[in-house]
Amino acid sequence: MVQNIINVKNLSKSFDISSKEPGFKGTIKHFFRRQTKSLKVIKDISFEIKEGEIVGFLGANGAGKTTILKMLCGLIYPSEGSILVSGYLPFRRKENFLKNITLIMGQKQQLIWDLPPIESFYLNASIYDLDKFEAKKRIKKLSEMLEIDEELFIPVRKLSLGQRMKSELLAALIHEPNILFLDEPTLGLDINAQRNLRKFLQRYNKETNATICLTSHYMKDITSLCKRVICVHEGRISYNGKLDLLLKKLSPVKEILIVCRTEEDAIKLENSGFSVKNKIKNEITIKIENHSITSSLKTILNNFDIEDLFINEPPIDEVIGKVLIKKNYDI
Amino acid sequence: MNIRKYLKVYKKFLHTSLASELEYKTNILVDLITAILSLVGSIFLLSIFFQNNGYIGGWKFEQAMIIQAIYTILNGITNTWFNPNLTEIVKHIREGTLDFVLLKPIDSQFFISLKKINPSGFLEIMLGFLLLFFCIRINQININLSFLTLSSITISCSICILYSLWFFISTTTIWFVKTWNAIEVLRSFLYIGRFPLNSFSFSLRIFFSVFIPIAFITTIPSEVFLGLSVLWKILLEVIVATVFLITSRKFWLFALKFYSSASS
Repeated sequence: MVQNIINVKNLSKSFDISSKEPGFKGTIKHFFRRQTKSLKVIKDISFEIKEGEIVGFLGANGAGKTTILKMLCGLIYPSEGSILVSGYLPFRRKENFLKNITLIMGQKQQLIWDLPPIESFYLNASIYDLDKFEAKKRIKKLSEMLEIDEELFIPVRKLSLGQRMKSELLAALIHEPNILFLDEPTLGLDINAQRNLRKFLQRYNKETNATICLTSHYMKDITSLCKRVICVHEGRISYNGKLDLLLKKLSPVKEILIVCRTEEDAIKLENSGFSVKNKIKNEITIKIENHSITSSLKTILNNFDIEDLFINEPPIDEVIGKVLIKKNYDI
Repeated sequence: MNIRKYLKVYKKFLHTSLASELEYKTNILVDLITAILSLVGSIFLLSIFFQNNGYIGGWKFEQAMIIQAIYTILNGITNTWFNPNLTEIVKHIREGTLDFVLLKPIDSQFFISLKKINPSGFLEIMLGFLLLFFCIRINQININLSFLTLSSITISCSICILYSLWFFISTTTIWFVKTWNAIEVLRSFLYIGRFPLNSFSFSLRIFFSVFIPIAFITTIPSEVFLGLSVLWKILLEVIVATVFLITSRKFWLFALKFYSSASS
């Protein structure tokens, strides 16, 4: 049986936030008498993650995804509740715990700006106490997986965003961690670079059985990498479960575009009792519930003269968008 | 603590920061020229103060030059290590890149205090030592083992006090985010360290001994060089340096509990 590698129980986090009224008067008031209030950004959440799982954290901006990730890796002290990652209390930041994890942030970088990435890799290797031979071996292996070669010897400031992100990944994985925390790793990357990164993460997970916790606003990252998602809404978990179940629940119908031979056939179909979305000449779009899709299509094909038909899935962004604004999804 | 690992990491720090600095040759050249001009300017300024009766606070010009030499060495150390690293703490905290440091299996204070190096500061250290040897000659100081031990102890303590003060201020960034001004004030106070403590009024002497111990940083090591120092002062400097070093360390560990990281 696969063991839980992350256990979170009744976790909460509050921050002291200062607020400022607009205008000059507000600025002066803010300077002399700063008003702060405690804001609970994570509210009593609990979940577990199994070894080797890839879990996506979904939520609108400010929902608390990054705060959860930062508590899991030990950067932020929790206000209440308990976290156990790989058997360690993360905020104690014990050496063996830190050797097991890594954090990759799409908008922050750890590579030395004026030097080629290879220098940062060897620096990290010395921090993780790897000898030169072992470091060389791992750099070779990871650079092959990431498909980077010459870029290793070009100053970071001259690399493209995609090349830089690949190098960031290599720097963050040189110690072969078994838990990866990724905070929007594909941010700002072009479509090809995003795809390559996803491909790499899939391969890394498969080859090393590493656990991956990921936040991303690109739905493609979530759908192609994560079987399970945790949706966060205003600091609370609104859904924790399989992604396909969530999608089925959120989009119970499929849209089918049917091209009839003649306009008369289209009119006949329009009046046959199906839920019609629209009709333009001989093309008609109907909505069919997922569970009755096979029987409905059989009826249509047997009774009407059909030239062509297309089954359209609703856009994933639109479906997931519904999650981000709802408080609870019981599935 | 694994000393071998830390030495290996420090070797890498030296290598990467030197390589980074050497990417900008002109900048290094300008820094070197600035260091020379700054020393010449300081000696010239000091000579003006001593023009009237040749004494300030009971110190002759030749003796006061020792303070200048020690100040130059400390300033060189400041420019080589403290300035490039400790000012970076503010940036780390504002931009949230301290996250990467905290998640490395290495002491975070070691990492942020020693990661960078400014090679042009080495020239200042060298110039300081040259001036110090010159002062030893003109003041006819007898070099023996006890002199070497005491001077090494007092200069090391001065470095520790200076580092701790700077590190302490930089640490407050975790709460106040911007503390650049406080560091600038500290640097301005350090300029005072170029003059003998006796040249200031009683109240200022108390201020620079108790509240901001600039006096310990240059005057006590200089007194050792001139054979004017008494044991209790040296012991006091050792105690102050130890207390400062321990307090800055504890303060850093305490402050980290309040680190909230920058938002993404």
